[in-house]
Amino acid sequence: MNLDHWLPGLIVLSSLLPGAVIFLLHEGSHRLRTALNLAGALSKLLLVMVMIWGVFHGHVYETRWALAPGLDLVLRADALSVLFVTLSTVLWLLTTIYAIGYLEGSPHRSRFFGFFSLCVTATVGLALAGNLLTFVIFYEALTLTTYPLVAHRGTPEAIHGARVYLTYTLSGGVLLLLGAVWLSTLAGPPEFVQGGVLSDLPADLHGQLRWIFLLLIAGLGVKAALVPLHGWLPQAMVAPAPVSALLHAVAVVKAGAFGIVRVVYDVYGVAFADRLGLLDGLAAAAAVTILYGSLRALTQDSLKKRLAYSTVSQVSYIALGTAVLGPLATIGGVVHLVHQGLMKITLFFAAGNYAETLGVHKVSEMDGIGRRMPGTTLAFTVGALGMIGVPPIAGFVTKWYLAIGALAAGQGAWVLPVLVASSLLNAAYFLPILYRAWFRAPAGLWPQEPIPATRGETLAALLWPPLTTAALALAAGLFAAAPYSPLEWAQLIARREYGL
Amino acid sequence: MTEAVVWTVALPLGGALVAALAPRHGAQVGVAIGVATLAAAVAVLVQVASGGPLRYAVGGWTPGLGIALHADALAALLLGMANLVALAASVYATAYFTQAAVRERFWSLWLLLWTALNALFLAGDLFNIYVTLELMGLAAVALAALGGQRPAVAAAQRYLVVGMLGSMVYLGGVALVYAAYGTLDLVAVSTRIAPEPAAWTAMALMTVGLLLKAALFPLHFWLPPTHANAPAPVSAALSALVVKAAFYLVLRLWLDLFAPVTTPDSSRLLGVLGAAAVLWGSWQALRAERLKLMAAYSTVAQLGYLFLFFPLFAGLPEGSARAAAFGGAVLLALTHGCAKGALFLAAGVLQRRAGHDRVRDLQGTAQGLPATTFTIALAGVALIGLPPSGAFLGKWQLLTAAIATGQWVWVPVVLAGSLLAAAYVFRVLGHAFGHAPGPGRRVTSVREELPALALALIATLVLGLGAAPLWTLLAASAGSPAFGGAPF
Amino acid sequence: MARHTGWTQPVITTQLLYGLAGVALLSLGLRGALAAVSMLRRLLALNLMGSGVFLMLVALAYRGPGMPPDPVPHALVLTGIVVAVSATALALALGRRLAETREGD
Repeated sequence: MNLDHWLPGLIVLSSLLPGAVIFLLHEGSHRLRTALNLAGALSKLLLVMVMIWGVFHGHVYETRWALAPGLDLVLRADALSVLFVTLSTVLWLLTTIYAIGYLEGSPHRSRFFGFFSLCVTATVGLALAGNLLTFVIFYEALTLTTYPLVAHRGTPEAIHGARVYLTYTLSGGVLLLLGAVWLSTLAGPPEFVQGGVLSDLPADLHGQLRWIFLLLIAGLGVKAALVPLHGWLPQAMVAPAPVSALLHAVAVVKAGAFGIVRVVYDVYGVAFADRLGLLDGLAAAAAVTILYGSLRALTQDSLKKRLAYSTVSQVSYIALGTAVLGPLATIGGVVHLVHQGLMKITLFFAAGNYAETLGVHKVSEMDGIGRRMPGTTLAFTVGALGMIGVPPIAGFVTKWYLAIGALAAGQGAWVLPVLVASSLLNAAYFLPILYRAWFRAPAGLWPQEPIPATRGETLAALLWPPLTTAALALAAGLFAAAPYSPLEWAQLIARREYGL
Repeated sequence: MTEAVVWTVALPLGGALVAALAPRHGAQVGVAIGVATLAAAVAVLVQVASGGPLRYAVGGWTPGLGIALHADALAALLLGMANLVALAASVYATAYFTQAAVRERFWSLWLLLWTALNALFLAGDLFNIYVTLELMGLAAVALAALGGQRPAVAAAQRYLVVGMLGSMVYLGGVALVYAAYGTLDLVAVSTRIAPEPAAWTAMALMTVGLLLKAALFPLHFWLPPTHANAPAPVSAALSALVVKAAFYLVLRLWLDLFAPVTTPDSSRLLGVLGAAAVLWGSWQALRAERLKLMAAYSTVAQLGYLFLFFPLFAGLPEGSARAAAFGGAVLLALTHGCAKGALFLAAGVLQRRAGHDRVRDLQGTAQGLPATTFTIALAGVALIGLPPSGAFLGKWQLLTAAIATGQWVWVPVVLAGSLLAAAYVFRVLGHAFGHAPGPGRRVTSVREELPALALALIATLVLGLGAAPLWTLLAASAGSPAFGGAPF
Repeated sequence: MARHTGWTQPVITTQLLYGLAGVALLSLGLRGALAAVSMLRRLLALNLMGSGVFLMLVALAYRGPGMPPDPVPHALVLTGIVVAVSATALALALGRRLAETREGD
């Protein structure tokens, strides 16, 4: 069995097969379901580690499957896909553990974990996608598999939120499809090649290429929550916390941002995109989103909604890094794929803990929560400080590279104020929470207390994932210069993109 | 062994006779014959795949006077799909009918419909087509009215009258062809035909007749009530197969027989009607209160997509681009057949359990039948055209051809149709989620739920991921001297 | 009405006459089918259409004086008659069922 041909396919299957089996399981078979979940997650992690080792040693992993003449499903491991796959796999494992604890006693768990596994299959598939067709296929599959997760609770609000989600994402999918088909008629089905494949096309096609770019970015921008396409994100907060965590940190939003990175770097090529004048528009959209998201976050009392708007803002750092020409900005944008994932998932895990353990959903209810739930609040603090950009947490590394990258590209005049303003706004909406949590006395009884204080802070399955991800966020910043750190991978990607 | 071709027609015909003589054993006869016929159809497909198009003269009589059966790649693929859907509906039907009187009348009529379908796909001359069209129409009408309730009978009667009108018009066209060219054999006529008034009139007459049977907008008015009120397995066959057969005939006649006679304008007319069908059908499906009515309007819309291919074929020169588009059209037809069959069978299960099929009130029932709800979800994915269904690849080819030929007007139609389809599919699926605890069992009744699930899986997974051989198969049939497939 | 003269003209005229009569019946039947108010009239109109087509086909079968007619159109006509009769019978049976159910209400 030639591993080079099968490994990407196996990585995708490692969550598909357990997911399919989990659907068939009886509601009551907890142990078997947990075993399948963890087996899938761990086997995927193992396969990903094999792939990292292999890529490091020069193996080329590619799974190719013909769908139609000229249209192939391609799964390939290059530096960018390895980055995203590793992030997805690690965070999936942690979210699975978290979800097992969170959903204890809830109905429809087989259905939930089945779609959960399918959702990760779709994410990993699009991470490994080697051409635009494959990316579109898994992108739409992601929409389909996340819908049942958003609608899971079955309340009218959940169904409504899921419908809004679907309207936005399917409309975006249609735009993405049109852009992809159009591009195929001009240049053949676009494969992802570092440096882009379009720079050789004749100049009279440039007008069409600009329209195609607009379509692709619009389609991707819905999931990436670029303003004004972000409307679904706050609505999707009706989903259970593990779903919000996964959607915001790893799966949906990150998929949109990842797609933007792919389109700019591996389809158009950043130099060609700059020549066509496309980067300015993207940078403007990113900047507007960064500021708008932070501004809206200031006024939200619901913790999850505040975090949702924070995501809208933060993910656009990736788009900003992509849109500013130059390897340093690229590094900042790409590495934020990982850093934002780690920090945001920590915040969502913590928010879920507050809701599950104490019934706390609002910022105004969080007075003194640090005393009752110190571990969770410690993790929350690390995440929040990282979002603001406090060294040595990972978020600082991102902002540093974005800043020096903008200066190197001569665009410091407007990028630096945006970064500074954004950091100040982040501080404005995160620091008060931290102050309330640590330095105020609790206002009275908590709204509910399903998990009483006698059981420790909260369930182990709910406590350890956020602590782990917070530690990883801290490590990604502290040890950024170490080999195999996310920063090193981002630097590798930038070197390859710019041909350095 | 070319006899497999004959078995696909002879077996169901014989079975119909046996079922008429021994009505109480109808179900056993039906399923047994169904399995054998499917095997024969698969054999035909394998023979065509390995050896190229088949031509068989029944009874040894030379064509012109005798009946010739042709099987090229297009016919064999549709034959395979039709037999698969028919078998699934047959298995479902063994559990569907509760009244003995209805059940006993069902099987012989059903097998006659099956015979007609198979014979139609294999027909090699214009008159044979007429005979099989009539047989199919009469059997379909009788089956649609089988329950005996007033709405079903009224709709069936209208279907019959429309069918008669279509047949007469078609026969007028056949008469004209015979008057002008002296033969009815498809291969012979295609060698002699030329663009002249007789050919144009004949083409117009035959097309109109067939469009009435294929329910292309605006001649679709009879379809929604008929399909919505027929028994579930009959609805599945009607939507998935019967209208598909009429489309197949239009495709065959336009691309093979009348190829020198068709004009870009006439193709564009078909495209415009198809676009109107997509938008109107999808909109009506969204407004439909009943699940089966929604599915029937969805059929109107999906057939519109198929007719959008005609102006694209006219715009593309012979070559790989046209072959890719043709394969896309065939794949779309195959996927729709399986998906719509699955949807109607699943709708039948829901209707049986709930006593009604009003979408708004299906919540409790849908949650109690997870396998069926999953089937509807899979079929819905194929109807919307999302990956990994075969319809996604079909739509990709459709959009590619539209952009490549500069016919941008069809692009928003296809995209809007997809979004509307998503709206009406997810309107139903939204009811599958609820806060009550789920049922214990995943599959409540094997005979009722598994056939639909199998069809839906084929539409959404097999045809999506395993369809690459289809294009090689169609290309291998092309350009052969016998009546073999589209001349790409 | 064929007159056995040396001219071929009158014979073709006869064939043409039958053919045109068939077309005329077809058109009349079509108009009737589309404009009919009651189901019975519609069925009659459709049968008229059918007769028109059959007449056209019969006219086509003529191959010349003294020659046996072409059997192919005759086969078409016979099949067509059988189909038309069956379809009409089915339509009438359905109509009777409809009338029954209406009376029963």
